[in-house]
Amino acid sequence: MKVKYFAWVRERVGKSEETVEPPASVRTVDDLIAWLAKRDESYAHAFETPRVIRAAIDHAHVKPDAVIAGAREIAFFPPMTGG
Amino acid sequence: MTANVTIRIQEADFDIAQAIAALTQGHTDIGAVVSFSGICRGSEGGETIAALTLEHYPGMAEAEIARHAETAMSRWPLTGLTVIHRVGRIAPGENIVLVLTASQHRQAAFQAAEFLMDYLKANAPFWKREESPDGTSWVDARNHDDAAAARWTKS
Repeated sequence: MKVKYFAWVRERVGKSEETVEPPASVRTVDDLIAWLAKRDESYAHAFETPRVIRAAIDHAHVKPDAVIAGAREIAFFPPMTGG
Repeated sequence: MTANVTIRIQEADFDIAQAIAALTQGHTDIGAVVSFSGICRGSEGGETIAALTLEHYPGMAEAEIARHAETAMSRWPLTGLTVIHRVGRIAPGENIVLVLTASQHRQAAFQAAEFLMDYLKANAPFWKREESPDGTSWVDARNHDDAAAARWTKS
């Protein structure tokens, strides 16, 4: 699945998007955050406070317990500040 | 949605009078147009702001605004609405966002405009980065924006 990062999550991870293949044990958005955070220091820094990270699956907001199976694109970003 | 809904995300500035004309052209059933413009401030909490840079999530930003537009259209008797959100670098005094709502009577237009802005601030995937004399930093989300959006789901 494709993963996208925005704003300071993107800056900390050091890239705007990538393709990842998490193991089957990674079921939810929360699981994916924990899995990504273990990759290296940059990811650990980006995801150090999981509760402030917002997620979207295929362009719709989702909660941390959302199941990621079947997702084409998952995005992680900080709380929004538009308008 | 068969009514007149325009959603644009663009780097260029917008012309408010032109946008209102586009919304009302050919209509004789519109008695009220409410226009809200969000403008870049030159300071925040006493700190000087040189400029804002707005990042967005292409695809989702349009989809999220369209969902809110659809909700507004079904909740209030609107003849049309326009949302234009700028991205990229924006200097103090420049426009950031425009929300127009048109209706037969003012109440629906006022309420729908406020609803759209509250939802945009809390849910549309845009992020502001501030340039100040001390460097650049991402603008923190405000809890009162979430609260403002949440009040529309009550009652």
